[in-house]
Amino acid sequence: MVMMLWLLILIPLLAAPFAWLGQQWSRSAPRMIALGALSVDVLLALFLWNHGDSVQASGHGSWLVESHISWIPRWGISLHLGLDGLSLILIVLTAFIGVIATIASWTEIRSRVGLFHCNVLLALGGVIGVFLAIDLFLFFFFWELMLVPMYLLIVIWGHAQRRDASFKFFLFTQAGSLVLLVAIVALALLHQQATGRPSFDYADLIGLTLTNEMARWLMVAFLIGFLVKLPAPPFHTWLPDTYTEAPTGATIILAGILAKTGAYGLLRFTIPLFPEAMSEISPIVMGLGVVGILYAALLACAQTDIKRLVAYSSISHMGFILIGAFAGTELALQGVVMQMVAHGLSTGGLFLLAGTLEERYQTREMGHMGGLWSVMPRLATMTLFFACASLGLPGLANFVGEFLVLFGSYATQPFMIILASLGMVMAAIYSLGMMQRTFFGRQQDTRPVPDLSNVAFGTVLVIAVLQIWLGLYPRVVLTTAQPVMEQLVQATVASANLIHSRSESLLSSHIVTSQGTIP
Amino acid sequence: MLKLLWLIPVLPLTGFLVLALCGRRLSRHQIAWVGCGSVGAAAMTTAFVAADFLGVFPDRESYHQTLWNWIDTSGMTVGVSWYLDALSLLMVVVITGVGFLIHLYSTEYMAHDDGYARFFAYMNLFVAAMLTLVLADNLLLLYLGWEGVGLCSYLLIGFWYREPEYGTAAQKAFIVTRIGDTALAIGLFILFTQFTSLSIQQVQSLAVEAWPVGSNLAMIVAVLFLIGAVGKSAQLPLQVWLPDAMAGPTPVSALIHAATMVTAGVYLIARMHHLFALAPMVQEVIAVLGLVTLLLAATSALVQHDIKRVLAYSTMSQIGYMFLALGVGAWSAALFHFLTHSCFKALLFLAAGSVIHSLHHEQDIFKMGGLRRHLPWTFWTFLIGAAAMSGVPLITSGFYSKDWILWSVWSSPISHRWIWFGAVFGALLTGLYSFRLIFQVFFGEVRTQPTGEPGLAMRGPLVVLAFLALTVGFLEMPHTLGNVTVFSHYLSHALPTTELLPGMDESSEAREQLAVTVAALLGIGLAALLFLPGSRPASRLADQSTDRPSMTFLQGGWGFDRLYDRLFVRPWFSLTRNPSDMLDRGYEWLAVCAESCHGWMSHTQTGQVRWYAATVAVGTLVLLGLFAM
Repeated sequence: MVMMLWLLILIPLLAAPFAWLGQQWSRSAPRMIALGALSVDVLLALFLWNHGDSVQASGHGSWLVESHISWIPRWGISLHLGLDGLSLILIVLTAFIGVIATIASWTEIRSRVGLFHCNVLLALGGVIGVFLAIDLFLFFFFWELMLVPMYLLIVIWGHAQRRDASFKFFLFTQAGSLVLLVAIVALALLHQQATGRPSFDYADLIGLTLTNEMARWLMVAFLIGFLVKLPAPPFHTWLPDTYTEAPTGATIILAGILAKTGAYGLLRFTIPLFPEAMSEISPIVMGLGVVGILYAALLACAQTDIKRLVAYSSISHMGFILIGAFAGTELALQGVVMQMVAHGLSTGGLFLLAGTLEERYQTREMGHMGGLWSVMPRLATMTLFFACASLGLPGLANFVGEFLVLFGSYATQPFMIILASLGMVMAAIYSLGMMQRTFFGRQQDTRPVPDLSNVAFGTVLVIAVLQIWLGLYPRVVLTTAQPVMEQLVQATVASANLIHSRSESLLSSHIVTSQGTIP
Repeated sequence: MLKLLWLIPVLPLTGFLVLALCGRRLSRHQIAWVGCGSVGAAAMTTAFVAADFLGVFPDRESYHQTLWNWIDTSGMTVGVSWYLDALSLLMVVVITGVGFLIHLYSTEYMAHDDGYARFFAYMNLFVAAMLTLVLADNLLLLYLGWEGVGLCSYLLIGFWYREPEYGTAAQKAFIVTRIGDTALAIGLFILFTQFTSLSIQQVQSLAVEAWPVGSNLAMIVAVLFLIGAVGKSAQLPLQVWLPDAMAGPTPVSALIHAATMVTAGVYLIARMHHLFALAPMVQEVIAVLGLVTLLLAATSALVQHDIKRVLAYSTMSQIGYMFLALGVGAWSAALFHFLTHSCFKALLFLAAGSVIHSLHHEQDIFKMGGLRRHLPWTFWTFLIGAAAMSGVPLITSGFYSKDWILWSVWSSPISHRWIWFGAVFGALLTGLYSFRLIFQVFFGEVRTQPTGEPGLAMRGPLVVLAFLALTVGFLEMPHTLGNVTVFSHYLSHALPTTELLPGMDESSEAREQLAVTVAALLGIGLAALLFLPGSRPASRLADQSTDRPSMTFLQGGWGFDRLYDRLFVRPWFSLTRNPSDMLDRGYEWLAVCAESCHGWMSHTQTGQVRWYAATVAVGTLVLLGLFAM
């Protein structure tokens, strides 16, 4: 079992050079290698999922599977991996979205196919590493590992404005990483101060007692590092440029998975490491989530470029994750997990379809489209489906995610939730507007173009079925994530109570906690 | 047989899936069979279930069926489960029954359309969603159906997608109702936060225990539910989408925008009546909203040129009567009017469809006329529908249901006299606009030559619905006329009975009825006087210009469209005109700053050694000077 954790990371990483070399044998060899490696990863992760219960009995503590190998003991760095329900769900999602991205690039990428798939595999290996590493040094290693190949994917295979976009992407994420790195090193040194030896280990650091002042600063650093990735305003402006200029496969990976690493970081590190500082600041962060939902939805309504529209809608949906993560209730956190999966599927699908549309018409401007329903009925129908998912139609997975977040957070911040609900109306406006401008109305461009290919149609159909399945039977995800979220809430509630009792003894008159029980 | 309940929504859903996945490969004949058959099978199943329900439960409580746990985590338990009681059974019977007739009619009406499979797929999905809405045991599942019917309404209004205006109408319908839906969702958040349950029955019994009558929370939740209801049911102030929704094919208007979906708001309020009983002020608001809507819609219906728009406004007006009844606590009367309305309004739309069909999609009533002799079946069924809508006494169902509502308004302790007068005036207007249509379309000279009567698939549903529009009313007759109480007895276990003021006896009821009857007949008579071709006012009205301000005001539904355009639509468009991101400016500024600093600094790199030496010397001096000080 322990071996399998390493296999999950190593399969894509080791397959990467072969994909590059494979180019010499044939053009489709790299594609097949990438597809094969990622499919094996999906199966491996699903196997772990299936045997999760039996594994837990033999595992240690909260991890289903854990692997600990000493690396640089002097600095307290080790190769420490841990798998729990949350990381399991996200790894399955990663490998699955990776498969979709590979299929989406099948016809789009024609030059340097080997290098492309090499980069895809490296990036995905990095992402899986991020989801598994529980040594902060190792985590940061993987965090950077996924960044460089992503940059290359955009700058080499991107569209017209790719240089600017990739530069912006790199600068933003790298700045975020830098802040994160400083905070990680500071934590390790603080551990040395307290116990005499430095440690980057999650288990050690989580028990570290920090002064309020220090915790606040480090929490902000961790927050910014992850918010850039999520992204949340005001750190989101790299995203629309990047998503539009990247090749379809890379956009699917960026939107489907990379955004989730930010959310994962919040859940795995920011909240458990600094529960007290976090509960102080949670109203502000939730407010940021609300602003993100509304501001991005407003901008999505204003876009004329279909990919930019989807990109802004994607930012808008991430706002729900931010709200739910900081609401401090188990239900909201469950909603966050659900939203991560659902959003990965729905934007993955939408970007695949938008990419196909761009490939066919060589434009992203919706003003040049219109009336395409009769030209490409398959593509139109599937876009309609994902537009519905994106506007939160009940019965699809996004609805479950968003509504669990809203239900779970209402008790904490009723007014913010009411504002966030307005996002539902705006989502309807931009989703239906997109449908109207591309597929309905009079036909602008009468060039004959082929509809969605069978393979692409099949792929999108699989995503659609998953959306419906998770929308009507979300227990698959929810039961797996539940123990992790329960622990997370217990940790935060315990610390909130700590604040509670402390402030009671200090002030004894005015008590402010984030756990209010208003209507 | 009751165990088959789950099949009722699943059958149309299966029809949808078959048509959506392989509709392209089926022949038109097969499509019609699947589309119609699935709803027909659902109607048959309903009949069995209803027979069983009425037989097995003589006391008619309820039947509960859980299929699976939808969400079951962290304190939230919501099942995909059905709840059958008298109220939901009534709705199911109407949805599947009338729905089947309309599907049958559509097989011919849509016969030459390109999107035959798409049409039936959407229609089947609609029926499935609507059945989910009314059978849902919990509010989240109800919300699923609620959004589902909204989506299908959107898809079917914009069914002829090549016309941009239709697309606009479809989007308008979805977005306006979504505003209501969002309010409803917030209502659900509050209820769940309070009671950690979403079961309709449980939430209400907990609310009755926890909240005193008139408490703030009860009021807030009731208002939020009301906003949801007025959005779906096209009542003030969210009524603006319905007239435009007539862009869809006529059977769609009959099914969705007359018989079923637009009455979902009525169902919601009736379903949550314990909650609304806790908020008497909100109930009064419902009554007033209903009254104002019914007058607004009736006056607007009077001056429309498009036959379907007349019917759309009339629907709005009739639902206004239902809201009025709900507002005064006459729950059963509201549902009775729902039943009769769904028969006669579906009939009117289908008959109008038959007219439009035979006139090559002409919808302007001023280009119609004299169709009485050419389309006798259509004429007689349309006449029956119009008579039922105007409440022609004794022989039509509309009379009995409207009379029940007006009597309740008159005699209810929570109503006012002026509301009754307004509603009776509305009854007069109903007769007026209904028969304006009849006289304009079927009498006088022929303006557009019709192609002839429709075939059997269209005529059959017309006849059945006409029969129902005449006879359904006999299920409930007032004390003064036969005193039949089948309907109110049937619903008595699901809905509370109406309270009456003391001192309301049969003689006062008879006097009240007389007033209502006179009003309805007066309206019809007035219509004959004004609009019967040959009469002098008719010729005056015919060439009346529509640009008089009062006319445009009425035609535009009291100017709400223009108001909302100014208040919301234009500001929204000016807000979303600029696609660039404000926050990006900050970062751009940072980049510009860095660049200009770099440019400025690079000026110092001149390559002249003298210059470098001089700056080094000056710098050293300055530093030394600083140290010395």
